Amino acid sequence: MMLLKILFRNAFHNKLRSFLTILGIAVAILAFGLLRTVVSSFYAGVEAASTSRLVTRNAISIIFPLPISYTEKIRQVEGVKRVSYGNWFGGVYINEKNFFPNFCVEPRTYFELYPEFVVEEKQKKSFLADRKGAVAGKKLANKYGWKVGDNITLKGMIYPGNWDFVLRAIYTGRDNTVDETQFFFHWAYLNEAIKKVMPSMADQVGFYMIGVNRPDTAAETAIAIDKMFKNSLAETLTETEKAFNLGFIAMSEAIVTAIQMVSFVVIFIIMAVVANTMAMTTRERTGDYAILKTLGFGARDITILIFGEALVITLTGGLIGIALTFPAARAFGQQMSTYFPVFLVSAQTIYMDVIAAFLIAFLAAIIPTRHAIRIRIADGLRRIG
Amino acid sequence: MAVPFSYSFRNLWKRRLTTILTVSGMALVVFVFAAVLMMAAGLQKTLVETGSPDNMVVVRKASTSEVMSSVERKSAAIVEMLPQVAAGHQGQPMIAKESVVLIALKKRGDEQTSSHSNVVVRGIQTESLPLRPQVKLVSGRMLRMGSSEVVVGNSIAKGFQGVGLQQTLTWGMRTWMVVGIFDAGNTGFSSEIWGDVDQVMQAFRRPAYSSMIFKLNHPDAFDAAKTAIEKDPRLTLEAKRETKYYRDQSEMMAKFLRILGTSLTIIFSIGAIIGAMITMYSAVSSRTAEIGTLRALGFRRRNILLAFLTESLLLGFIGGCIGLFFASFMQFITISTVNFQTFSELAFKFTLTPGIVMQSMVFALAMGLIGGVLPALRASRMKIVDALRAS
Repeated sequence: MMLLKILFRNAFHNKLRSFLTILGIAVAILAFGLLRTVVSSFYAGVEAASTSRLVTRNAISIIFPLPISYTEKIRQVEGVKRVSYGNWFGGVYINEKNFFPNFCVEPRTYFELYPEFVVEEKQKKSFLADRKGAVAGKKLANKYGWKVGDNITLKGMIYPGNWDFVLRAIYTGRDNTVDETQFFFHWAYLNEAIKKVMPSMADQVGFYMIGVNRPDTAAETAIAIDKMFKNSLAETLTETEKAFNLGFIAMSEAIVTAIQMVSFVVIFIIMAVVANTMAMTTRERTGDYAILKTLGFGARDITILIFGEALVITLTGGLIGIALTFPAARAFGQQMSTYFPVFLVSAQTIYMDVIAAFLIAFLAAIIPTRHAIRIRIADGLRRIG
Repeated sequence: MAVPFSYSFRNLWKRRLTTILTVSGMALVVFVFAAVLMMAAGLQKTLVETGSPDNMVVVRKASTSEVMSSVERKSAAIVEMLPQVAAGHQGQPMIAKESVVLIALKKRGDEQTSSHSNVVVRGIQTESLPLRPQVKLVSGRMLRMGSSEVVVGNSIAKGFQGVGLQQTLTWGMRTWMVVGIFDAGNTGFSSEIWGDVDQVMQAFRRPAYSSMIFKLNHPDAFDAAKTAIEKDPRLTLEAKRETKYYRDQSEMMAKFLRILGTSLTIIFSIGAIIGAMITMYSAVSSRTAEIGTLRALGFRRRNILLAFLTESLLLGFIGGCIGLFFASFMQFITISTVNFQTFSELAFKFTLTPGIVMQSMVFALAMGLIGGVLPALRASRMKIVDALRAS
């Protein structure tokens, strides 16, 4: 108890310096926490992916379609429970700045495959009954102020022209890891329309979404599907939803890695600042240490004193930083909901924050401690002079 | 009379450990700041150099990239007949109808962890080559038109598996032989695979071209050609200068990088500024007696203020120099990532421009200045008697 009191007294001996250092640490831990959250929200889609869903796409690359006639063939494969399909529509609302993911899907099966998208029964019925109907996530609807029954027009970037929809339902996520910024409409609506203008692009789908009976045999099912279409005009590549989503992130790997690296740089910067503070403190207190040594305290006690002081400072700053991370993440997540539909601070991030705070304290205290232990009593006392 | 510059400099030297720690914090911030700007600049430079100002790109209206676009053969024939199209030395129109698709290829690296990425396959015509003088063959030979042969850009040959010379690729139920590797310098073409357009379209069952590239017969003919294409009721196409077309493709990603970089460094700089402040406050308090002596000798308050500001600006300057020194080595690094806008792989280098050097130095000096202002004010406000008594 006595020790703790001394540590706090020492740490706040120079109020201005301690305040500045703590502020610096709080900012650094806040930045570190936000960056880790940015990285983890890149992977939010992977975390949310179900193990019982497979995605089949064209083996050449994602931009090539598959014929709709594959539906029934895939349904016959052993282990397949449900088959749904859809296209990336790539439409924009009013102009390109208003980007959100929009897909046309086979609605009945798609929502059966995604039980985490919760839609009110009445709304669902009216959506299924209306071919021009659309479903939007709650966050998306809130962002643009859409209500059920509103008319929405999207400008097609892949399928030219203006496309009119009636918002028939709004889905909510079963929990807060579900992306609520997506927009879905009937595949048949798109197909009927392009049949007239671009017959060569009709009757094709961008991907098949497949529900399997048992997740543990999903790999065999995937192989069976790909084997069936081997050496055909449109060869397929089937993988779990997780692997599929991971593939997208792997493409922007360089950026994720850069953010990860930068998040460690901030820790280094603050380490330099804290090390500086500790160096100054111990230099000023050389005389004190010499007196302690004269009284018979050993190297161990002095080490405890310096490390303890560094810990008091970094942990105070760290705790403030962690406390600030939550409101900051909420504000940031609201601003950037286009890029990061799910933005949550994970428990892991908090652990890493705490570890970082300890690390900063220890590394910053090493050199000053060595210096304080090595100094000879006579030299130390002389400096009071 | 001003306090000599060497006074500030030697004070920093006297307390080396503290100076090194403060400067290294600042150097790291400047390094990150410069590196992110260099990345955005490199991306933009690569895409701007890809285009040439005399060339025009024709794509379907509202399509943001060639991959999304489609140009029907009928429309292509109309554009080909425009009077603004330059003539080659044999009198043929300098126009190329091209087809652009993406294929997934496996990146080089460990068998388990290496991932797929989208690579551009461009179907070209004979005229495509004179339209892109930057493209030079470095090994092998050019592809023969009418055959299943491809040539590969050097960034792709370096970064992906199975695209080396004499290796074969399989797509569209056909085998394609890599017969040459080309270098297109610091442009986007280095991240592409080229084959014969008719073969590529046949293999991918594409009835329409993706885009057309042509050379203007006169640099000023741009407006006339643009009007002719966009006002023609038979066509749903739009025409852009090639330079603008590629610059537009870099916009979203460059903006993302800039926003990310600037907001990060602003947060980081708070740490570095605090570091400078701590250093300068302690410099002031440990030198109280000295300040008193200086004042007693006749130096004015503003001389003292200036001396301490110089000291903290020096901290920022040294930090900035070290940060930029290390950042300049980043120029040797080429990164390859997917451009969000075109959804295809693009390799580019970190590029240091004079503008970035300026911005980084201004940033570093600003950090030093902000960190030093309060301590320097405190030093200049001390009363002579109190300061002298402190000794």
